[in-house]
Amino acid sequence: MPYWLEVPIKSFPYLLKGAVATLEVTSLSVLLGLLIGTFVGMGRLSRNPIFSRPATVYVEFIRGTPLLVQIYIIYFGLPSLGLNLPKFPAGIIALGINSGAYVAEIVRAGIQSISHGQYEAARSLGLTHWQAMRYIILPQAFRNILPALGNEFIALTKDSSLVSVIAITELLRAGQIVISRTFQSFSVYFAVALLYFVMTFTMSRMVRWVEKRLAIP
Amino acid sequence: MSEILRVENLWKSFGKLTVLKGVNLTLNRGEVLVIVGPSGGGKSTFLRCINHLEKPDRGRIIFDGQEVDESKININQIRSKIGMVFQQFNLFPHLKVVENLTLAPIKVKGLEESEAMKKARKLLEKVGLIDKIDSYPSQLSGGQQQRVAIARALMMDPDLMLFDEPTSALDPELVGEVLDTMKSLARDGMTMIVVTHEMGFAKEVADRIAFMEDGNFVEEGPPEEFFKNPKNPRTREFLSRILNV
Repeated sequence: MPYWLEVPIKSFPYLLKGAVATLEVTSLSVLLGLLIGTFVGMGRLSRNPIFSRPATVYVEFIRGTPLLVQIYIIYFGLPSLGLNLPKFPAGIIALGINSGAYVAEIVRAGIQSISHGQYEAARSLGLTHWQAMRYIILPQAFRNILPALGNEFIALTKDSSLVSVIAITELLRAGQIVISRTFQSFSVYFAVALLYFVMTFTMSRMVRWVEKRLAIP
Repeated sequence: MSEILRVENLWKSFGKLTVLKGVNLTLNRGEVLVIVGPSGGGKSTFLRCINHLEKPDRGRIIFDGQEVDESKININQIRSKIGMVFQQFNLFPHLKVVENLTLAPIKVKGLEESEAMKKARKLLEKVGLIDKIDSYPSQLSGGQQQRVAIARALMMDPDLMLFDEPTSALDPELVGEVLDTMKSLARDGMTMIVVTHEMGFAKEVADRIAFMEDGNFVEEGPPEEFFKNPKNPRTREFLSRILNV
């Protein structure tokens, strides 16, 4: 077996461990992003400026600055303010805060896609604002935005490679470590790319499956 | 007869457009009031102010002895006693018919699920849709959807039902079934305010008809008098326009 082929095959278990770390980082930041995005998305639509202003500032600032810089601020910048985060939480928080801004815009569009009559019907029955959101608006909005959310999660999976810069050994960094020992950049990077693709393709299929399952007849 | 609703000097504007201009009304328990009038005259806005889907700018609404005012009372409790039926039905498309009915009683009134189910079955029997109990709204015709919407409002045991042009979005052949459901409701003694263009229904079911134009009631009275002998020239003109087509 040629050496260039032997390296990615032999180091496959190691790369796989990196892929698992990528999935861990991504899934936790997806959850964080969803949580932030749902509330910020609702905040953007609030008539009360106490909620809508900060939500807008958050979305605009996060979208308008590079993720790499955000990661640096949280991992390297916060310690100088006395807040020392270990690299894993720092990476997840940076990615989650970043994704939250994009999810917020998706959620906002999703809520706006539901006719106002749905909200009025819910309120006319005596449901509170939060009950109307929880049982009527968000479940419908969520169905509508599922494809967009899927896109966002796939983008986040790929963006998670950026946390390699703070020495989290996720997939990309695992590949770089292998290359530093073997100098087989092409075949190892290609294996890394393939593993990313397997993950994102699986995700896109899963989103399709959920979409079909939740479809309203 | 005891009074259930009193509206005093109700005003409402949207930006520069003043839609309601000091509306007054009293309604007794068991009464059926039909509101007619040209589009844009304020009928829907008036209805929507009663349960505060629109917040009035000025004036008072007293429902069952309580002033409807969000700063003084729990608006959700008042709303749960005022059923509303919309032109566009507004059924919850992601919920089955039965879930459309049971959601609010369970969440707002704290009814047990089994109790709510029992009640839902009874009301679906009443509107003739028990076989659709597990269907989704999109699988029903417009008329069926509106009957489900009426049943959904009745689930809360309302003391007053508001109908906002309930048949205007329906194909002509589906109007009858909805009107029949409303008629039987009126016969059972339900207090109702109905905004509609269905003059036949108004004639047959209304205890009182009120004509609203340009943000106020111009004329009102029992149906025979209203149709045969309208006093206000604007009422006469409106009636001649819609009855002589």
